[in-house]
Formats: sequence, C-alpha cells, structure tokens
Amino acid sequence: MGEFFDLSPDEISAVRLSLRVAFWAMTCSLPLGVLTALVLARGRFWGRPLLDAIVHLPLVMPPVVTGYLLLLLFGRHGTFGAFLADQLGVVLAFRWTGAALACAVMGFPLMVRAIRLSIEAVDRRLEDAAGTLGAGPAWVFLTVTLPLILPGIIAGMILTFARSLGEFGATITFVSNIPGETRTLPSAIYTLTQVPGGDAGALRLTALSIAVSLAALIVAEFLARRVGKRLAGA
Amino acid sequence: MLEVEIQHRLGRFALDVGFASGAGLTALFGRSGAGKTSVVNIIAGLIRPERGRVVVDGNVLLDTARGIFVPMHRRRIGYIFQEGRLFPHLTVRQNLLYGRWFSRRGGRQATIGEVGALLGIEHLLDRRPGALSGGEKQRVAIGRALLANPRLLLMDEPLAALDTPRKDEILPYIEKLRDEAGIPIVYVSHAIAEVTRLATTMVLMSEGKVDAVGPVTELMGRLDLYPRTGRFEAGAVIETRVAGHDSVYGLTHLSCAAGEIRVPRLDLPEGAAVRVRIRARDVIVATTLPTGLSALNALPGHVAEIGGDLGPVRDLRIAIAGGSVLARVTYRSLSELDLTPGRAVFVIIKSVAVDRHSLGIRGGQRDEAAETLDT
Repeated sequence: MGEFFDLSPDEISAVRLSLRVAFWAMTCSLPLGVLTALVLARGRFWGRPLLDAIVHLPLVMPPVVTGYLLLLLFGRHGTFGAFLADQLGVVLAFRWTGAALACAVMGFPLMVRAIRLSIEAVDRRLEDAAGTLGAGPAWVFLTVTLPLILPGIIAGMILTFARSLGEFGATITFVSNIPGETRTLPSAIYTLTQVPGGDAGALRLTALSIAVSLAALIVAEFLARRVGKRLAGA
Repeated sequence: MLEVEIQHRLGRFALDVGFASGAGLTALFGRSGAGKTSVVNIIAGLIRPERGRVVVDGNVLLDTARGIFVPMHRRRIGYIFQEGRLFPHLTVRQNLLYGRWFSRRGGRQATIGEVGALLGIEHLLDRRPGALSGGEKQRVAIGRALLANPRLLLMDEPLAALDTPRKDEILPYIEKLRDEAGIPIVYVSHAIAEVTRLATTMVLMSEGKVDAVGPVTELMGRLDLYPRTGRFEAGAVIETRVAGHDSVYGLTHLSCAAGEIRVPRLDLPEGAAVRVRIRARDVIVATTLPTGLSALNALPGHVAEIGGDLGPVRDLRIAIAGGSVLARVTYRSLSELDLTPGRAVFVIIKSVAVDRHSLGIRGGQRDEAAETLDT
C-alpha cells in the first residue's frame, strides 16, 4: 500500500504544475470576473445579452474548440499572441502560462455566474444608505458591496480552481502535453492510459485528483459558511 | 433653513411640491402614495427630479435650472430609513462610525460616547445588527446618521415598522434630538399622533401636492384640512405648560391661554411645555357651564366655523383664547342648541381622553420627561 503512493518525479511534477496552473487561472481571472459580473448584474446597455452569451460560450462549446480558438488567437502567429510575444516578450503557446489561460477561460463562466448571483442578491438600499453617509461610489463598493458578495466570490474562485484542476480538452489543444511544462494532472493520466503498464500510475493520479478536488470543495464550504455566519450578523 | 421646489414625473404620478421650513422638526404628512418619500429621496439626492431646487442652510444642493446636482455622498444629509438599513457585516460600533470615515473634519463633531448616551445604545456597541431588536436597530440608525455630521436629518417613517411599545421607546429620543442636537429634521409620517407630538412645522401633502404648510397648532385647528388629516383622528392641538400637580387625586394641571386642563398625572416639573392633542370626537359642546358632570375641563370660547355636511354629524371649530378646538357633534345637537357662528359656548374635555399618546413634550426638563413617558 505504501508503495502505491510513492509518486514518481514525473507524477509529482504533474500535480505541482496542476496546482500552479489552477492557482494562477483562478487569481488572474478574479478581477475580470468581478468586473464582468458587475456589468452583467447592474449594467443597462443593449449589448448585455451578447456579452452574457460570450461569457457562457466556453461552458457549451466543445473544449477542443475553445482550445483551438485560443491557439488561433494566442499562438505565436495569432492576433494577440504575436503582439504579446513581440511587444511584451510573453509567450503563451506551449507554456504553462498558456495552460493557465486555457483554464481561466474555461472556468470563467462559472466564476462570473457565482459572483453575479451574489451581486444580484445584494440589497441595494444598503448601498444608498452608505451613500447618504458620505461614501462615494468606489467606497460604497469596497466597504459594502464587496464584503456582502464575498461568499459569492469565494464560491466563484473555488469553482474556477476545481474546474482548472480537471481541465483537459482546451489545455491539450492549446498548449499540448509537454512533460514538466504543460502536462497537468489530467494530461498525465491520459498519457499513462495510453502506454502499456501505465495503469498503476493512472490510478494513483486519479486517486490524488479525487483527493485534491474533495479538499478544495471542503475548504470552499468551510469558508462560505464562515463568511455567511458573519453576514447573518449573529 | 430648508427650501424645496420640485416638479417631477414618476410614470403617471406627478410631483409638484414647494415649501420652506426652519429649525426644529418639519413633518411631511399625508396618506401613503402622496409622494412624501419621493420628496425626501430628492432632498437626499437618491432621485434626480426633472425640475427642482433644494437649498439647505444656503447650500444649493440641487438646481436644475443652473445644472447643479450635488451627489448624495457630498450632501451631508443624514437619512434614517423605515427599515434601519444597518450594515449586516459590521458591528454596531462600526456602523456608527461608518460616516465618520468620510465626513470632513472641522467644526465640533459629536462623539460616539455622546451619541450613544443620547440614544441609550452604549451597551450595544459590540453587537451585530442581526442581534438587535427593531427599536434598537432604529436607534443605532439614528446614531449612525448623526455621527456623519449632517446638516439636515431625513426620517422616512422611522417608526412605521415597529409595534406600539417600540414606538414609545423611540419617540422620546426623537423629541430629545429635535430639542438638543440643533439639526433640522424632515420627518415623513402618515400617523397623525406622531406628527402632532413631534412636529414644529407641518407640511400637508396629497397626490403629489402640498395642501398646506404651517405650525401644527394652526393646521390641526383648521376644518378644511380634515379630509387630509384623517376623519377619525381629527383633532386640534394646543400648547400648554405644567401649572402644578394635584397629589390628592393624582392629576396634573396644564395651563393654556384659555384656562386649565386637568389630566392624569404627568411626572413633569412645573413649567414644562406640553402639547396636547384633543380629538374632535372627545369634545362635548355646552351652551352653559354644566354642573353635575364628571368631565373636569371646561374652556370658554365661541363657535367660529361649522364644517360641511357629514351626514348625521358636523364638525365645529371653536375659537378659544390662543387657539382653536375642534368638536364633533351630531347635526341634531347643532340644531337644538342653535350652534351658529359667534355663539358663546364651553368646550368640555374628559381628562382621561388625554392619554400619553396625545401628548408631546418640548424643551426644558427633557430627560425626566422622556423617562416618565417611557415607563
């Protein structure tokens, strides 16, 4: 049994890479996620349904399509990819950063959804009250809205993190499956199932994958509960 | 000093309001849907009217003609909402200090200790709003608005969501605020008892328009405003002072220009100002000073005005020295007693009809008065 959990260096690297990719996907998409949720929840403009549809697209499109689109846009010769590479020296294609981008795009609808729901649940009369007490719009957002939607933000972050750990299709299409660079947990499992004698490794990583996902969900539940209690004012 | 001029359209509802008021408490009184809340929302800056002008103490906060619209967070107008609207994620202390983060320094500002003592909320500071009663929440909301250093306080039916004991708990604090804080208050209400008890100036509204503006005693003594103030609760308001106490019978003598009114004992010092609301249906009219009657109060006056046809009843305005009393009598009595304008009469008021819900205490020995009424 002990031997079963002796991970090979490759497997350890896959786990660490997955965690790193998921962390950055979650962190970098957070500000944009809050902003998008805010616009969708509160904005009144004609293009809103369209924006809503675009945000949700990765949820319904085949992940391969998303990955391929990312490759077209952010590949070395893609519209944004060429710009980023030439002007800023940032290369996403076939790098772990690209994997993080793919995961962020795939997790974005989930994050926006969770945050948007919590924004819509905020009692706007509290924001008016803050305004009459002298708080300008930015302060109202920071001191009233943001604390009140914290449970939604946490939920959105965890969902994105969990989604990123499991992201496979868009990642492998966009950044391929390079050991140590872009071979995340799902890619590693996929690789192991493709080679003879890889069953034990695949099973190990599968078990690990389940454990990490469970831990993330439990932490999320704990945090949401704590914040919820604080908001209930008990 | 507050000046308000508003023309605004909300769907089918047209608001066309203008009034000016001074220090003390200005009550916007009218039925639900009269547009009272819209008026205070416009004063606060929550609504931008089509046309209008709002000036507080010489500061122009809104003037559509000149394109001035000061955003609400720069108006320094405290707003106490019907539902309190305390921030659930902050403690009572943090709620109270919220406005302090944004209020400009300079001038003397109330401290949390003073406001806590004024409103009796010192013991609640470390609690969260969820753990407070309705009355406590509303007191904290008042304190929160005060600590933001406002130049005007708006109160939108602050007692409407509370039961009678909670109302009685808060009313003395609002009286204290009006007399001690030196901040003008605009108070929205559709409860005549609150208005007659609290208001210095009364603005009577209906269907988006102002029907009358003036001192409470003057407006409440007018027959033509009956339909607006509510027929059942209709009654005049007279200003009195405590003249003395009758310890044998447990009565308090209140003196006004027309004479004395005896009411069940009030634990107020001599000289304290008391406002008494006498409902028209609690008044008896006599052509001679009656004897053998249990009612203790008889004030001389004369019939000044007779109201319109109300089926079997008529309302009378009887002028007494220094004011008016309204009386509701049957048409039959009116005819049989030959009550015509100019006729000298006595106004008979039952002492027990004057209860604590129809009394307002002003100035002077505030604290004892408030506590007495509170018990």
